Amino acid sequence: MAEVLVLVDHVDGAVRKPTLELLTLARRIGDPVAVALGAGAGATAGVLGEHGAVRVLTADAPEFAEYLVVPKVDALQAAFEAVSPVAVLVVSSAEGKEVAARLALRVGSGVITDATDVEAGEQGPVATQAAFAASYTTRSRVSRGVPVITVKPNSAPVEPAAAAGAVESLSVSFGAAATGTKVTSRTPRESTGRPELTEAAIVVSGGRGVNGAENFPLIEALADSLGAAVGASRAAVDAGWYPHTSQVGQTGKSVSPQLYIASGISGAIQHRAGMQTSKTIVAINKDAEAPIFELVDYGVVGDLFAVVPQLTEEINTRKG
Amino acid sequence: MSLRIVVCVKYVPDATGDRRFADDLTLDREDVDGLLSELDEYAVEQALQIADGADDAEITVVTVGPEDAKDALRKALSMGADRAVHVEDDDLHGSDVMGTSLVLAKAVEKTGYDLVICGMASTDGVMGVLPALLAERLGVPQVTLLSEVAVAGGVVTGRRDGDTASEQVEASLPAVVSVTDQSGEARYPSFKGIMAAKKKPVESLDLDDLGLDADEVGLAGAWTAVDSATERPARTAGTIVKDEGEGGRQLAEFLVGQKFI
Ligand SMILES: Cc1cc2nc3c(=O)[nH]c(=O)nc-3n(C[C@H](O)[C@H](O)[C@H](O)COP(=O)(O)OP(=O)(O)OC[C@H]3O[C@@H](n4cnc5c(N)ncnc54)[C@H](O)[C@@H]3O)c2cc1C
Ligand SMILES: Cc1cc2nc3c(=O)[nH]c(=O)nc-3n(C[C@H](O)[C@H](O)[C@H](O)COP(=O)(O)OP(=O)(O)OC[C@H]3O[C@@H](n4cnc5c(N)ncnc54)[C@H](O)[C@@H]3O)c2cc1C
Repeated sequence: MAEVLVLVDHVDGAVRKPTLELLTLARRIGDPVAVALGAGAGATAGVLGEHGAVRVLTADAPEFAEYLVVPKVDALQAAFEAVSPVAVLVVSSAEGKEVAARLALRVGSGVITDATDVEAGEQGPVATQAAFAASYTTRSRVSRGVPVITVKPNSAPVEPAAAAGAVESLSVSFGAAATGTKVTSRTPRESTGRPELTEAAIVVSGGRGVNGAENFPLIEALADSLGAAVGASRAAVDAGWYPHTSQVGQTGKSVSPQLYIASGISGAIQHRAGMQTSKTIVAINKDAEAPIFELVDYGVVGDLFAVVPQLTEEINTRKG
Repeated sequence: MSLRIVVCVKYVPDATGDRRFADDLTLDREDVDGLLSELDEYAVEQALQIADGADDAEITVVTVGPEDAKDALRKALSMGADRAVHVEDDDLHGSDVMGTSLVLAKAVEKTGYDLVICGMASTDGVMGVLPALLAERLGVPQVTLLSEVAVAGGVVTGRRDGDTASEQVEASLPAVVSVTDQSGEARYPSFKGIMAAKKKPVESLDLDDLGLDADEVGLAGAWTAVDSATERPARTAGTIVKDEGEGGRQLAEFLVGQKFI
């Protein structure tokens, strides 16, 4: 059967959930062949095999960590040439998109970014995208070359499917451009112990209405009662109440959880752009006219300082 | 020696207004208010700051877009850029990112550059990949998604805040840089700046000037195709309750009903 390349997003061998979602989508089009690069690449094979990867091509070299983006493009291109796939799927992270686009250009293919679904179609894979802050849904195809598509996290279920997952080493020769941009230092992000924002099934976000860093523990307590990730609006982030990495929206993270709870967030278009594809949306806001209420499945018009703690307490009581 | 900075700026439909697709499934630009993509203001700002710190620098702003796109150039000129290049051609209509990056690469090469600065993403297509494609096409380093940027001694350095780590990166010029909205507030054009912008040169280029054929760009030359665009059905009106002391518990009840608890 036709093979589909899937670029693996992993941290030292720990495969991140969006990659397993890609394997579900890849199986609709063909046999997934995973490409894992960098330290720990070999350690990814087990879980990839359990999720349908027939082969896992691995490569490690200092270049992957020491230089930006291009070494990964060189490696993915080597895999592309070795496999002759019918499609290439990459997670829509900032880096994933850049790697995908540069690969597409090199192999003479079109690129589609931020797909929320991928299906097999008569003229090749068809991608669904959300446009204009998710007010439109488009269906697109790559019309030239081998489709290179990046897919947003939470776009497909993770489905176990046993496959060989045979590890093969990929030989990569780096081009002159690979060492163009040096990474001179790296500070890993401290883990909060909460789920990763883009991957979380539930996201609880706070905005300007939270009114100070000292009040964010209210939002965190609600998040913890639901096993959720914590997000924030740009207003809250710009005020320094919460780290920028938690910003949800056009210039922050784009999230698509099962449940999104916005507290003290008005629902500006740039915020909506990052959360409008959430399955169920809930808002707590004291202004009944706030635009966020146009989106909600359930809204409470009220003071978050009263509603959020009551909600948290009720959830904790019910959980026993 | 003078530092030649080229800033790519895009003219986009106003996100707070009506945005829609035209019958040919391209972006509808008729009767839709446009403006300089807000995220490109950060690129212009960083260019101005880098130029201020250089002995001698010239900033050229470049856009690929229809007649109205001149507005985006004017705004950038009024912020302080020195001159502008407008690539305009009927055959550009419907270009995808491969076509757009091809045209921009040609325009930037023709203009001459040591440093190209872009925004992190446009506010309409929001692909966020054009700067990387430009670097690939120009064969120069990409130093993208920087929340801090500096240029000294022919080297660009910056901070890239990724998903799992924050990285310090550096490359030799020439290079393509993109900056995020964390890089520093963009200045407002002053009255003097607005008046001065009217006198600054705006060069117009078409496909011939760039040595490109019509079938390499536009809908005809696109490597992607949009089959359909449908407006998302308005969400069915949700339940909205007023908190009269029980709001939190009522919400918990809803979440139980939806099996979130
Ligand atoms: C180029 C650009 C990119 C942007 N990118 C993003 C982005 O990625 N993400 C983002 O979020 N924004 C982004 N913004 C900013 C966006 O336009 C809004 O300014 C921002 O989302 C507002 O945040 P907010 O809803 O928290 O604040 P506000 O709009 O000030 O709303 C605060 C809300 O809290 C409510 N409130 C106040 N007190 C209480 C209380 N005690 N109880 C209950 N409710 C209360 C108020 O009624 C109000 O509705 C961007 C803007 C631009 C120009
Ligand atoms: C909703 C929507 C979805 C789309 N999806 C796809 C897709 O999946 N695949 C595809 O090939 N095309 C797609 N396009 C077309 C693509 O967005 C345009 O061709 C576009 O000019 C390049 O992409 P961008 O603006 O999204 O670039 P981004 O990569 O988001 O832009 C980054 C920066 O590049 C610069 N830049 C971008 N365009 C220009 C310009 N015209 N002039 C000057 N500087 C510019 C700006 O500095 C900008 O800040 C889409 C367009 C829309 C409206």
